[in-house]
Amino acid sequence: MKIVVIGAGKVGRALTEQLVREGHNIVVVDISPEIIAGIENSFDVIGVVGNGASQGIQQEAGVQTSDLVISVTSSDEVNILCCFVAHQLGAPKTIARVRNPEYRSQLEMIKDELGLSMIVNPERSAALEASRILRFPSANDIESFCRGHVELVEYHIEEDSPLCGLQLSRLQDTYKVKILVCVVRRGEEILIPNGDFVLRAGDKINITASPENISLFFKAIGNLRQPVRSVMIVGGSVMAYHLAHILLSMGIRVKIIDEHEERCAELAEELPKADIVCADATSRDLLVEEGITDYDAFVALTGFDEMNIIFGMYAKAKQVPKVVVKVNHISFPEVFEQSGIQSIITPKLITAERISTYVRAMQNSAGHSTVQSLRRIVDNQVEALEFVIHGGDRYIGTPLRELPLRKNILIAAIVRRGQTIIPGGSDSMEKGDSIVVIATNGVISELDDIFR
Amino acid sequence: MNYKMIRYILSVFLRAEAALMLLPLLVCLIYGGESAVWFLASIAIALTASLLLGIKKPENDTIFAKEGFVSVALGWLLLSIFGGIPFLISGSIPSPIDCFFETASGFTTTGASILKDVEALSKGMLFWREFTHWIGGMGVLVFILMMTQLSEGRSLYLMRAEVPGPSVGKLTPKSSSTAVILYGIYTGMTLLEIILLICGGMPVFDSVCYAFGSAGTGGFSITNAGLAGYANPYAEWVIGVFMVLFGVNFNLYYLILVKKLRLALASEELQTFFGIVIVCSILMGISIYPIYGDFWVTARMAFFHVSTIVSTTGFTNADFTLWPNFSKALLLFLMLVGSCAGSTAGGLKVSRIVIMWKVAKRNIFQLLHPHSVGTIKFEGKPVDKDIGNGVAIYISIFLFILTGSVLLVAIEGQPFETSFAAVLSCFNNVGPGLGVNGPMGNYAGYSDATKLLLSMLMITGRLEIYPILILFVPSLWKRR
Repeated sequence: MKIVVIGAGKVGRALTEQLVREGHNIVVVDISPEIIAGIENSFDVIGVVGNGASQGIQQEAGVQTSDLVISVTSSDEVNILCCFVAHQLGAPKTIARVRNPEYRSQLEMIKDELGLSMIVNPERSAALEASRILRFPSANDIESFCRGHVELVEYHIEEDSPLCGLQLSRLQDTYKVKILVCVVRRGEEILIPNGDFVLRAGDKINITASPENISLFFKAIGNLRQPVRSVMIVGGSVMAYHLAHILLSMGIRVKIIDEHEERCAELAEELPKADIVCADATSRDLLVEEGITDYDAFVALTGFDEMNIIFGMYAKAKQVPKVVVKVNHISFPEVFEQSGIQSIITPKLITAERISTYVRAMQNSAGHSTVQSLRRIVDNQVEALEFVIHGGDRYIGTPLRELPLRKNILIAAIVRRGQTIIPGGSDSMEKGDSIVVIATNGVISELDDIFR
Repeated sequence: MNYKMIRYILSVFLRAEAALMLLPLLVCLIYGGESAVWFLASIAIALTASLLLGIKKPENDTIFAKEGFVSVALGWLLLSIFGGIPFLISGSIPSPIDCFFETASGFTTTGASILKDVEALSKGMLFWREFTHWIGGMGVLVFILMMTQLSEGRSLYLMRAEVPGPSVGKLTPKSSSTAVILYGIYTGMTLLEIILLICGGMPVFDSVCYAFGSAGTGGFSITNAGLAGYANPYAEWVIGVFMVLFGVNFNLYYLILVKKLRLALASEELQTFFGIVIVCSILMGISIYPIYGDFWVTARMAFFHVSTIVSTTGFTNADFTLWPNFSKALLLFLMLVGSCAGSTAGGLKVSRIVIMWKVAKRNIFQLLHPHSVGTIKFEGKPVDKDIGNGVAIYISIFLFILTGSVLLVAIEGQPFETSFAAVLSCFNNVGPGLGVNGPMGNYAGYSDATKLLLSMLMITGRLEIYPILILFVPSLWKRR
């Protein structure tokens, strides 16, 4: 597909990388010649320098013949204008990033009146993701599929974990739970394990199961933590606002620390139930004074990645049970591993995931099952995808062990009439089922892609 | 530096060359003669070398600008070395240095030859010489990019090292489809020329050879007398027009294909290029009218020679060394300028000259009005200061190398005019020079050292200096 990406900032670049990898023809528009030069050097795309909201530049970028226009410049208003112009030029689909919470109530109106197909809000998506992690603090990361019937959690096996030395085939019997270890990351290696696989300390495992079984499993290995009841957030960014909003509605106490008086006043007005503290969080005394050790969770959301990492390390050292850190720019996953911070939120990748899901659903040929949702796990290297089985799909009713699955593909869960099935070789896909597929390489845009 | 990836790219270069040699092999089989064996052997040698370099793509295929430059530069050197093997093992050209010179001259579309008697070569060998022009004109790497993705996403580093001009404009987001479009246009235009030449009564084999030679703006002749031997004014007009057409930026043909003719004609570089061709043809005509005395003959001679030199092809149908001094000076000027960026031709490129002219004008104006503010525009777009500087630096380096090389070639003892023209002609991939290197002469008389220098100049000129120059920077090769 031909896709025009307007704005090559953090999200634009992450998106370009993702879409190029999936084989699309990408034209990137940005006002800065340096940024365009950098993009052209790193990816197989055409760059256009200029104001993406101007009709002339959009024509130069070939918007009139494109299948999709995605506008992710730093300004909401420019993004909306870009999509409007693109719509007028005849682009069939447009996606805009709009993140100002003040526009939230009028988003539907903007979409309908200006012909936008989708509005993405990286800060809000990231806040939702963070709230999910805080809701289940036992795991590093948690993704939910099939209307919450399946959860995919990441867990790091520590030295003293009872899982060390356990063979996977004995896992279900030992703990009497229905779970599936679908991906293991050992060092640099990422693999889909079979029953003979033996877990070791240091492995990062991803587990799929129903939410009840996930809880049972963590209880069985003695690592079920109580849900978070209080959260300290450092940095009063837009994402902090969204996160606080979500957490407060769940009845969780929230304290936000920010050093800018004006911002604090705004937050205090918008979030009357939250504690807003106006102070410089880099002073150690302040965090202690504000009771960092009393909180169940600590979230660092300042605009500086390095500050967030340092805050996270400090909170870890102070033994705050759950630490979540936003990292949007720095791309050295090895460093995070060393810092001991397990839960990291990257808003640009979450946005790229959402748009990527949309694009794959778009290019899907008629009559086949489309990707319902797509998540990238294990440092962005593995994809977890959700499908709904239509009547027209191949291999309905065929036992899984007889399916000609491609290499590096695993069917990790099946949901049938609200029941979560952890599939074995004799299970099969039936019409109306939702399934979760794990793919460690290759691009999957419809169900047929998982078969040879 | 990613040495593994460079080795891999070089290996691909050699495999591509082996594949390209299948065509002359086919010609040998059609026209008979024992040359087929030599091509088979050369293919085997190139494939073996490619195997030795390793045919498996390394896991880490990330390359940056330096890897791009280095692999393209070394790739072109290897092409010229291995492309000369058929001449060497068949004994057509006994000296290895001469083989290197002849092949480098072919791939870089120079067309300077060390052969005194071209007609002694077999049909297969003659075809291979012209075919190197055709492939070298559009680029070997562009050819490879059509077939395979070398480095995920970062192929622009490779394209930039090979495609001539101050900046590379892709036609479509994917480099592979850009390469396909470029070669598509190129092949189409070449076929058209072949058909027109055959219609004019030229033998099929000769038509193909001359079309390949002019498409790549190369200039190897397949007969000792050159085009004059055919006494075919029609063919001279066809070739003359096509040489100019192949000197035009190919992106403009793409614009015409997608029905944006007006945008293509509005190109400043194109207008300047056509302007130079027309004005110089008229001046040339006035200068040589006394020799020919007939309007149409003069017009044909003047246009053909302006076209052959400005497009850096170098076909000839007359001995211009006997022409008035003004005509020769005009030819030297055309040699220097060359054609458009993104074409198959060499030279400094019209776009660089235009940008430099505007920068100079602006700077002089600024001397008079130090606080004036203004932007320089080229093709309707403001010229970034970096691009202006880049062009100025390119031209300076060009002049350094030119002067240095003239000094070195002058050791041979030829008159200044001859040494200067030889260096300029090779550096800008034109072919014929003045004096003994003129249209009726050749480069056989030089020593091996000079031949090597001129061959390197051709490759340096074809790759627009930087890739080759970078090979001589010591810090590039230091492992840290």
